[in-house]
Amino acid sequence: MDEFLIQLLNGLDRGAAYALIALGLTLIFGTLGVVNFAHGALFMIGAFCTVTMQRFLNLSQTVIDDTQKDFLGNPLEVEVPYVQSWFGEAAGLAIQDWSVMLAIFLTIPVMLLVGYVMERGLIRHFYSRPHADQILVTFGLAIIIGEIIKYFYGANPIQTPMPSAFLGTWDMGAAFGLEANSVAYPKWRLVYFFFSALIIAAVFAFLQFTTFGMVVRAGMADRETVGMLGIDIDRRFTIVFGIAACVAGLAGMMYTPILSPHYNIGMDFLVLSFVVVVVGGMGSLPGAVLSGFMLGILQSFASLKVVTNIVPGIDQIIIYLVAIIILLTRPRGLMGRKGVMED
Amino acid sequence: MGILEVKGINKRFGGLQALGDVNLSIAENTVHAIIGPNGAGKSTLLNVLVGKLIPDSGSVLFEGTSVLGRKPHEINQMGISRVFQTPEIFADLSVMENVMIPCFAKRDGAYAFNAIGGVTKHTDIREQAEAILDDVNMLDKREMIASSMSRGDKRRLEMAMCLVQEPRLLLLDEPTAGMARADTNNTIDLLKEIKEKRDITMAIIEHDMHVVFSMAERITVLAQGTPLVEDTPDNIKGHPKVREAYLGEAQV
Amino acid sequence: MLGLNSRDTKLLLLVIALVIFAPFLLNPFPTASNLGESFNAGYPALMQRFVIFGLLVIGFNLLFGLTGYLSFGHAAFLGVGSFAAVWMFKLLGYNVLPALVMSTIIAGIFSVMIGYVALRRSGIYFSILTLAFAQMMYSIAYSDLIGKFVGTPITNGETGLQVYASDPQVLQGANAPVLPHLFGLEMNSQTTLAMGGWEFTFQVGYYFAAFFLVLGFYLSIRIFRSPMGLMLRAIKSNQTRMSYTGLNSKPYMLAAFVISGMYAGLAGGLMAAMDPLTGAERMFWTASGEIVVMAILGGAGTLIGPVLGAGMIKYLENIVSKIQKDFLELWFAFLPDWLEAAVVNIIYPFVGKGWHLTLGVMFMLVIIYLPGGMVEGGQRITARFKRKKKTDAPDGAKTPAE
Repeated sequence: MDEFLIQLLNGLDRGAAYALIALGLTLIFGTLGVVNFAHGALFMIGAFCTVTMQRFLNLSQTVIDDTQKDFLGNPLEVEVPYVQSWFGEAAGLAIQDWSVMLAIFLTIPVMLLVGYVMERGLIRHFYSRPHADQILVTFGLAIIIGEIIKYFYGANPIQTPMPSAFLGTWDMGAAFGLEANSVAYPKWRLVYFFFSALIIAAVFAFLQFTTFGMVVRAGMADRETVGMLGIDIDRRFTIVFGIAACVAGLAGMMYTPILSPHYNIGMDFLVLSFVVVVVGGMGSLPGAVLSGFMLGILQSFASLKVVTNIVPGIDQIIIYLVAIIILLTRPRGLMGRKGVMED
Repeated sequence: MGILEVKGINKRFGGLQALGDVNLSIAENTVHAIIGPNGAGKSTLLNVLVGKLIPDSGSVLFEGTSVLGRKPHEINQMGISRVFQTPEIFADLSVMENVMIPCFAKRDGAYAFNAIGGVTKHTDIREQAEAILDDVNMLDKREMIASSMSRGDKRRLEMAMCLVQEPRLLLLDEPTAGMARADTNNTIDLLKEIKEKRDITMAIIEHDMHVVFSMAERITVLAQGTPLVEDTPDNIKGHPKVREAYLGEAQV
Repeated sequence: MLGLNSRDTKLLLLVIALVIFAPFLLNPFPTASNLGESFNAGYPALMQRFVIFGLLVIGFNLLFGLTGYLSFGHAAFLGVGSFAAVWMFKLLGYNVLPALVMSTIIAGIFSVMIGYVALRRSGIYFSILTLAFAQMMYSIAYSDLIGKFVGTPITNGETGLQVYASDPQVLQGANAPVLPHLFGLEMNSQTTLAMGGWEFTFQVGYYFAAFFLVLGFYLSIRIFRSPMGLMLRAIKSNQTRMSYTGLNSKPYMLAAFVISGMYAGLAGGLMAAMDPLTGAERMFWTASGEIVVMAILGGAGTLIGPVLGAGMIKYLENIVSKIQKDFLELWFAFLPDWLEAAVVNIIYPFVGKGWHLTLGVMFMLVIIYLPGGMVEGGQRITARFKRKKKTDAPDGAKTPAE
C-alpha cells in the first residue's frame, strides 16, 4: 500500500511534465495545425534558462577581505557574488538559493521571444505545407537548437540545486495517518506538481474565460470559419505559439532539480510527449493533460518491484505499448474529436 | 427490377434524421437524376451508395447483391464508379498514368503485386488507356501532369478514368457545381456523348435544373430526407409538390 | 538492358561506375598532402559507409519517396538486421552469407508486424506510430529485455553484442578466418595501389557491400517503373480516388513498408559484416532522423537522390567533423589578423564537434528552399543553363518519358 502511494506520487511529477509539454503541443497543433517537433527543444531552452540564471546570480567579483589572511599574512582575495555585495550577504544568499524560482523572470521573456521568432520567422511559412514538411523543418530546428546549447553549455548534464527549503522529503505517511516515514516524498516533486497544476489551470482559465481564449477555442474547432469572421487570426496564432512555448519553457525550468539538463533532454521528452498527445487525442487539451498524468503514473507503477519481477523492464516500454493499443482500438485517442486529423 | 434497388434506408446523425425511409429503384440504361433543395439528403444518400456511410437500417442491392458494409474499393469492383463534385484525380501523375491506374484495377482486381515488370510492358493496358483518351479527346494531352490542366479537362479526365472501367452504374455528384454556363454545357454534351456510345446507367445528383432537364430520363425529388415524387421530367416540371419543396428556390 | 529503358540504364551504369572507381574518385589529392588529409574520402571504412547508407536510404525512399508515408523509425530495422547478423556469426560462424540472409528475413518479419499496425493510420499518426515502435524496440534492445526473459543476453544492453571465442559457431571450419568472410574471402583484406603521391586502397568488404548497393539500386528502378510503383505513387497523390478506383491501398502500402524494411535489415547486416559488433544506439530515433535527412537532402521520390544524399551527408560528416581550429587558422591565414579571428570564430562552431549544427542548418535550408533536394537543385541549374542555350537551338519535340 505504501509503495503504491509512493509510485502514485512519483508518477505525478513526471506526468505533470508530460502534460505540460503535451498541452503546448496540442495547443499549437489544434490552432495552427502544425506538428512541432521542436517542442522538446523549447522545454530544454526553459531548463537552460534556470542554468543561465544560476550562473548569472553566481557571477562574482574578487574583493580583498581584510579580516582574513592567507598563510603569508596578506589580505585574502575572495570571490564575492555581485548579488551578495549589492543586497548584503544574507539577502544575496537567499536570492541565489531561490534561483530556480527566480529564473521565471528570465524564462517567460525568453520563451515569448523564442516563440515569437519561431512562429514569425519559420512556422508561419509552413501552414500550408504538408505535415511531413512541418515535421521535418521543426526536426531540423530541434537539431540546431540542441547543438547551439551544446556549444555554449557543453554536452554534460549540469547540476542545478533546488532551494534549500525544498530539500529533503516530506513525510506524507504521517499526514495521512499512516506510520511515520512510511511514505516519504521529495518536497520538490510536490512543488513541481503544484506548479504545473497551476499552469494548467491558468491555461484553461485563459482559454475559458477570455475573449481571446474563446476565439482560440473556436479556431481549434473550425479554423476556416473563424478566419472568415474577419478576426485577425494570424496575430492570435503568434500569441498562441508564444503561450505554448512559455508553458514548455516553464515545465523545463522547474524540472531542472529533478533531472539535470543536457542538450539532448528535449529530444528525450519530445518522443514521449508525442505519444502522450496521441493517446490523449490529437487536438484535445483535456485529453493531453489526462493522458500525461495517466501515462506518468502508469510508468511509475510499471517500475514497481512486484511488476518488474513478473515482466522485467516493462516500465521502459509500457508507455509505447499503451499508445499502440490505444491507437489500434481507439484511433482518435482518449478524448479526440471526430474529424480532427482523421487520417 | 432495377440495376440499383434502395429499400427503406434510414440514417440519423444525432438528432437529425438525414434519410427517412428512402426507397429508390434505378432502371438499367437510364439517366436517373436525384434532386432536392439543400439539406434534402442527396449527399448522404450518395455516400451510402458508395460505402462511405452505413445506414441505420434498410438495404441497397446492386444487381441483386448488397453493397452495405463493403468498402469503397469493393463497391467499385462490383461495377459502380463515382464522379466527384470537385474532380478527384491523381494530380501529380500524367494524364496517361491517371487512366492506366483504373485499367490495372479493372484487370488485376483490388491489388496485384507486379513489382518488377515495367508499366509500359503492359500493352493491353496502354491500348485501353489510349482508346479512352481518344474518346474524350484528350489523347494529345496524355503526357501532361494532371494538376496543370484546366478544370474542365480535369473533369473530362475523371470521367475517362471512370469510364475506362466500364462501370454498369456511374454516380455523378453535382458534376457541374461551380462551373460557368459554357463549361456546364460542355459537360452536358460530354455526358450525352458518353451515353450515346455505350450502355451505361447514370445516377446524377444535381442542383442545377438546366442540367437535370436536359439529360434525365427519370427524376426523384428528395425533401427532408424522404423521396417526394419520382416521375419523368415532364411530369416533374409542373408538379405542385416539387414547387412547394423548392419554394421558388429554382425557376422550374 | 535488363528490362530498363535507355535513361534508366544510363543511370544504373553511372552508379556502377561510381562505386567501382570510388577509390580513385574519392582520392583526388595526394595522400600525404594537407588537402588529402582533409578532403580525401577514399579509404575503405568510409566508402563502406557510403554504400551501406546508400542502400539503406534507397530502401527508405521506396516507402517515403513513392508513397509519401514518413517513417520515423527506420533505424529500428537497421538495428534488427545488425543484431540478426551478429547472432548468425555467433551461432554459425563468420561466413557473411547466412548472416545477410538472416538479417534481411528478420527485418522483414519485424516490418510485417510493425507495418501491419502502423499502416492502419496515415499522415502524422503513421510517423508517430513508427517513432513509438522504434523507440520501444530501442528501449528493449538497450536494456536487453528479451535477454532478461530468456536468461541469456540477446542484445547485451549497453555493452553491445559481439562474438566471443566461447560461442558455438557450429559451421566455423578449423581453418576459416576468425573475421567476417565470404567462403574464405576476408571482408577486410585489401590491396593498395601506390601511384606517385597517391595511394588507392581496394577492399573486399567495400566491393562486397557495393555489389548490394548496385543490386538494391537496380531493384528500386524496377519497382519505380512497375505497376506497383505506379500504384504507390497513386497512393501519395490521392487516396480517395485510389479507393474509388477499386484499389485497396493497404496491401500495396504494407508491401512497400516491408520491402523498405528489408533493405534496412540488409544494410544492418552489411554493417555487421564490415565490423562484427553492434549495439542498441544504432536504433535510436535520431538515427532514423538521419535517414530521413539523407533522403530529403538527395531528393525524395527520385531514383538517384537517395544515393547522392547518403553520400553527401557521410562525406560532409567525415570532412567537417575532422576540421579543427588550427586548420581554420591555417586556411584563413591570408586575411588580416582581426578578420581572420572573426572568420575563424564564426566558422568554428559549425565544424569539428559542431557537425550536427551544420547538418541541421543544411537540412532546414533544403526543406525551406529546395524541397526536392539535390536532384531538384541540379534540375534547376540545368534548366537555367538550357534556357540560355535554347535561343539558337531548335525547339526539339518533347520526348515522352518512357
